[in-house]
Amino acid sequence: MFENLSEKLDKAFKVLKGQGSISEINVAQTMKEIRKALLSADVDFKTAKSFTSRVQKKALGEKVLSAIDPGQLLIKIMKDELAELMGSEQSEISLEGTPSVILIAGLQGSGKTTFSGKLAFHLKNNKNKRPLLVACDVYRPAAIDQIEVLAEQVGVDVFQDRENKNPVLIAENAIKHAKTNGHNVVIIDTAGRLAVDEAMMSEIAAVKKAVNPQEILFIVDSMTGQDAVNTAKAFNDKLNFDGVVLTKLDGDTRGGAALTIRSVVDKPIKFIGTSEKMDGLDIFYPDRMASRILGMGDVISLVERAQQQFDEEEARQVQKKIAKNQFGFDDFLKQIQQVKKMGNMKDLMGMIPGMGKAMKGVDVEDDAFKGIEAMIHSMTKQERENPKLLNGSRKKRIAVGSGTSVVEVNQLIKQFSQMGKMMKMMQGGGAKQMMQMMKSQGGIAGPK
Amino acid sequence: MGIFGFFSKDKKDKLDKGLEKTKENVFNKISRAVAGKTTIDELALDDIEEALITSDIGVETSLKIIGKLEGRVLREKYINTSELNNFLKEEISLLMKDSYDEIPVINGPYVIMVVGVNGVGKTTTIGKLAHQFKQQGKKVVLGAADTFRAAAVDQLVIWADRAGVEIVKQHMGSDPASVCFDTLQSAKASGAEVVIIDTAGRLHNKINLMNELTKIKNVMAKVIPDAPHDVMLVLDASTGQNAIEQATQFTKATKVNSLALTKLDGTAKGGVVIGISDQFQIPVRYIGVGEGVDDLQVFNKNEFIDSLFN
Ligand SMILES: Nc1nc2c(ncn2[C@@H]2O[C@H](COP(=O)(O)OP(=O)(O)OP(=O)(O)O)[C@@H](O)[C@H]2O)c(=O)[nH]1
Ligand SMILES: [Mg+2]
Repeated sequence: MFENLSEKLDKAFKVLKGQGSISEINVAQTMKEIRKALLSADVDFKTAKSFTSRVQKKALGEKVLSAIDPGQLLIKIMKDELAELMGSEQSEISLEGTPSVILIAGLQGSGKTTFSGKLAFHLKNNKNKRPLLVACDVYRPAAIDQIEVLAEQVGVDVFQDRENKNPVLIAENAIKHAKTNGHNVVIIDTAGRLAVDEAMMSEIAAVKKAVNPQEILFIVDSMTGQDAVNTAKAFNDKLNFDGVVLTKLDGDTRGGAALTIRSVVDKPIKFIGTSEKMDGLDIFYPDRMASRILGMGDVISLVERAQQQFDEEEARQVQKKIAKNQFGFDDFLKQIQQVKKMGNMKDLMGMIPGMGKAMKGVDVEDDAFKGIEAMIHSMTKQERENPKLLNGSRKKRIAVGSGTSVVEVNQLIKQFSQMGKMMKMMQGGGAKQMMQMMKSQGGIAGPK
Repeated sequence: MGIFGFFSKDKKDKLDKGLEKTKENVFNKISRAVAGKTTIDELALDDIEEALITSDIGVETSLKIIGKLEGRVLREKYINTSELNNFLKEEISLLMKDSYDEIPVINGPYVIMVVGVNGVGKTTTIGKLAHQFKQQGKKVVLGAADTFRAAAVDQLVIWADRAGVEIVKQHMGSDPASVCFDTLQSAKASGAEVVIIDTAGRLHNKINLMNELTKIKNVMAKVIPDAPHDVMLVLDASTGQNAIEQATQFTKATKVNSLALTKLDGTAKGGVVIGISDQFQIPVRYIGVGEGVDDLQVFNKNEFIDSLFN
């Protein structure tokens, strides 16, 4: 449905290049494509408009038209602009005060309670705190039960009062409770509310007034569309929140709401949610988000992570073997282990330019390799070194031994031989080209 | 005017106050821009585009609508402003199905399976639906097949109480397919007319979870051959273009028969359903307009389209 921005740009630049004289009109056309891409990523209408016109101005100022590679220069300008909008540095939450009070706010279903649990878990494990979770959603059925279950899962205390329907009083009592019981952080989970619900907005303002939070976090679903602008503004007007949390980023949304919110309220995004589990919390990387919105893949992170994890010596060995046609299943196994060390497959694939789209709707499980590993482990040493030995009866034995099927074994062998071919190809100069490509893109992916 | 005929005056006032006051009615703007012209000029197009995009209708569908509009203006030469308004509404209307059929009376329980991503309002919608069916005098059974999210079963139990209907449940963490099996058997035995199954929220790009859904669906057919009769995908009105991907993936995993659009009591317009309705030929059946047990409405196409431009 949505074309990848890079593809769109490619198309637009073909137009640019194909024409004898490049004019401002061509740039304007390109800008139109960029604007469409931003809108398809759910960036707010006005934000998209002002963003593209700023980029256009800069592009003409920097003489994109006379540059050798106008496309690359334009992408660079755009990424810089995006990164600037996203905020260039990460910001932490403030944990001053005894106890420090964190107030959680947002629309219904945005993920407040789950985030509260994750934050408690994070502060307990990584910051050595004693958090207290407070159940101030007195409306949604079983909201208190939900936070109790999560509190138990992460091993922190919860303050609740099922008899009390007044969130202000509950919050006040919770702070007293925290003080007498040695909790140094209080996380107040509140009911979801619509920005247009005046009674509910006044209620949360009253909670704020009563407990004077150190930190107010606004929780937003990353799949939010054009409404992000209204909602973020309204919550900010009422609460003047300190930071934003983007949830459900393990989905495949482009997350343009992040850009919208940054540009309308100018508050930092402090955390992102990346799974339903309690450890699914991460800090926010502005440049990664910029890439995600543009759909260009986060090359820098990929290269960084690859560099950290890959054993160079091992890599050299493999290269040699490939060159000599000695690459066997044992080496394949090692490669898989390397890749696994690098982290979640899907994350990784998403970082490769062009893969973003190919991987859409696909969730590669980390145990995707389990079957493959089992099959290789079921091979004899000779078979691993010399895959050509694998005849019908050997395949059958391997299938039985690994709890897979002959079809799967065949698939593995096919994959393996394809991989061998690909690697040979890459050695023949292709790899160099690929590295160069990554470097040049990497160079523009980072914040200035 | 009349954003959704069903809003009480009170609610509507609240709504208007919440919206930016400066936001001029789109049709007024469009009208000014086209007055006395035979083509739609840039300015008017910009306004139309803004109206469509800010309603989350999306680039593709907006272009489609605008293209048709332009064609029509070209063919019919001179049009006045109110005609243009009507054209626009008509073109959008053509993309959507008219929604509602009463649920058919069949031999045995009519099974509705409710699916969607996390937090869109599945459980709440089920509570409201159960209430509606009960009010129509139907015997309803709920199946608590979200055994994953913390306190999900407790939540549905409370809704079952509110609506005064039966619920079949197992403990947290049990196999959702097995809950469905039990629910359908019990519904069959007790002569229930409607079964509504709550499922855990899941992001549509998680293959394992989507496969689980397919499995749940297939297990139901073992108890009642045609079940589920209606797979209802719940979409949150505040969701943007990702809803299209949601529809795509849920349709793949379990053929989706109907849509419910929730949280329309907020400022979000939910325009993305237009493209979805068109592309997948699925009707929007219900809309959620609040958190109360009565806040569920049968979808009305014309009211919905009117509301987009308010
Ligand atoms: N304002 C408003 N809130 C709604 C509507 N429908 C649901 N909600 C609220 O949205 C929140 C999430 O609703 P749930 O019914 O728990 O959503 P769900 O899809 O079952 O969520 P999970 O099971 O966690 O995936 C709750 O706070 C509901 O009260 C609606 O039409 N309007
Ligand atoms: Mg639910």
